[in-house]
Amino acid sequence: MENQALYKYILGIADNSLILGQRLGELCGHGPSLETDIALTNISLDLIGQTRSYYQYAAKFLGENKTEDDVAFLRLENEYLNVLLVEQPNTHFGYVMARQYLFDVFHLMLMEELQHSKDITLAAIARKGIKEVSYHKRFSGDWIKRLGDGTEESHAKMQEAINDLWRFTEELFQMTEDDRLVTGEGVGIDISKFKEAYYDEVTALLREATLTIPESKFFISGGKEGRHSEHMGYLLADLQYMQRTYPNMSW
Amino acid sequence: MDKNWPIWEVFVRSKNGLEHRHFGSLHAADAEMALENARDVYTRRNEGVSIWVVESKYITASNPEDNGELFEPAQDKVYRHPTFYNLPDEVKHM
Amino acid sequence: MSEKEVKNLEEIFEARIARDEKIEPKDWMPEKYRQTHIRQISQHAHSEIVGMLPEGNWITRAPSLRRKAALLAKVQDEAGHGLYLYSACETLGISRNELYDQLHSGKAKYSSIFNYPTITWADIGAIGWLVDGAAIINQVPLCNTSFGPYARAMVRVCKEESFHQRQGYEIMLTLCNGTPEQKAMAQDALNRWWWPSLMMFGPTDAESVHTAQSMKWKLKRKTNDELRQQFIDQTVPQADILGISIPDPDLKFNKETGHYDFGAIDWDEFWQVVKGHGPCNKERMNARVSAWENGEWVRDAAMAYAEKQSKKKVAQAS
Repeated sequence: MENQALYKYILGIADNSLILGQRLGELCGHGPSLETDIALTNISLDLIGQTRSYYQYAAKFLGENKTEDDVAFLRLENEYLNVLLVEQPNTHFGYVMARQYLFDVFHLMLMEELQHSKDITLAAIARKGIKEVSYHKRFSGDWIKRLGDGTEESHAKMQEAINDLWRFTEELFQMTEDDRLVTGEGVGIDISKFKEAYYDEVTALLREATLTIPESKFFISGGKEGRHSEHMGYLLADLQYMQRTYPNMSW
Repeated sequence: MDKNWPIWEVFVRSKNGLEHRHFGSLHAADAEMALENARDVYTRRNEGVSIWVVESKYITASNPEDNGELFEPAQDKVYRHPTFYNLPDEVKHM
Repeated sequence: MSEKEVKNLEEIFEARIARDEKIEPKDWMPEKYRQTHIRQISQHAHSEIVGMLPEGNWITRAPSLRRKAALLAKVQDEAGHGLYLYSACETLGISRNELYDQLHSGKAKYSSIFNYPTITWADIGAIGWLVDGAAIINQVPLCNTSFGPYARAMVRVCKEESFHQRQGYEIMLTLCNGTPEQKAMAQDALNRWWWPSLMMFGPTDAESVHTAQSMKWKLKRKTNDELRQQFIDQTVPQADILGISIPDPDLKFNKETGHYDFGAIDWDEFWQVVKGHGPCNKERMNARVSAWENGEWVRDAAMAYAEKQSKKKVAQAS
């Protein structure tokens, strides 16, 4: 492999899209209204589309005859480098929107910087992604407001979701060693610098949604190093089922 | 309070230069959501460049029972159409 | 209105349909026309959204990213089609919530085919190829049906549906060109989906109660048996290209009629599934009911928020 660090850097971004897209895919046909169902599927499709672009690029680092599907389906759990936030389950619609929004704000900041990367492939994927992710953030942000400032019940549920997922937010800004290497070359993005702007933006929206900002300073991380939550194994069991059961076939 | 999401009518301009055309309807709790839903439901295949949404209850429609008095009086006003006027064939560009 | 006046209106109404004029929601229509349309359009809408479930079952397990994206887009289209059809139905003076109640209480029916399980990936191929293929045959004539909103919804549905069957057939083709295991998977799916697909056209003409009326109102252009024959005639050669065999020992081409003769359909199985005792009737209904019930707080919250926002706007304006 010619550039292990860049390969892992791409995965660190792409795996978030894959795993979140997979989670949203679980909901297709089970949303609170037909209209919402269609909207969530659109977001899932955007994310899977991004994933494919990244993996087609990443596959080149794996050698000849490797494809996006080798990257997507044939890794061990500890080789997936997504943040813990995106693998959290669809506990209820409040969780789905909280997970989405907490990720979208970060995701958009990342895309806006990545479009200027020295790596033209990553820059191009990011440029296309900006439009998609801007819409995701608008959609999820609107829902946080509706649920936070809706009924008593929805307020409680939304607050519960924010409280539970808050502990995964800090990981978004952690840089792995590979991240640092790639960033030093002008290809990667120094995500640690987003932190303040991120919490400012999220805090403002949560306030508007009449929600309380969690005060907990305890954060959990590990996903970016391949150490995942208990949920991840089940998610991968579904995702990899066909490729693992019927190896070396085309579909 | 009615807890059901009201119906909205969706109008889409397929490209600049064309008028907005009625595409269909959907349910949404507010105008923002109606716009977002319209985008997701009716422009999945690149069908539009602009969307209007209006809550259905704000549309006033004529009643088919009045069609006689509303529309038939226009039927015999043939002088509004160019073919009503006889000109010799030699006259061009008119 | 006197009986004579109603009769007169009915005659004018039937004459309009016979002249191929479209009926629009606010036009006078016989009560039976309204009820029949509510029944048929809502059944059609219910079929679209229940139909999302067996295919949705494979979204998380699709074998490649390309297949995953296509399947997501397809299932999403079905939600869209359900939405177009519910909207058309609502123009007849019934709300989507009432229609959902009818579905959830078991009062309304949906296409029985969706009560069969999708147990392998090949089922996704078979559904696209056979079930969507049968649906297209049923649906294309409806683009010209007499009720305007239904006809317009169907034009949109048919336009979008054209990729569904192709993606299904492509899945089958890939399996049949693959390993022996994959081909066996395709054959197994054809074996299970063939007969239920034939049942999608409904009971034989002799048994069908609504045909005459539906033909008059252009809800139907051809009889169940004619459509079924059309489906078989076009599907058999497609199976030949795949190199898998249709599970009917009596199937053979009849040179005299120019059509395929086929074996007897097990109508007892059909009625068993229609009456709620198919392999997945309970699962499908549970999934729909729980999506609806679990979503209630979300829908209520959105309305409460909208109410608060509009009050705020009024307060700001004054």
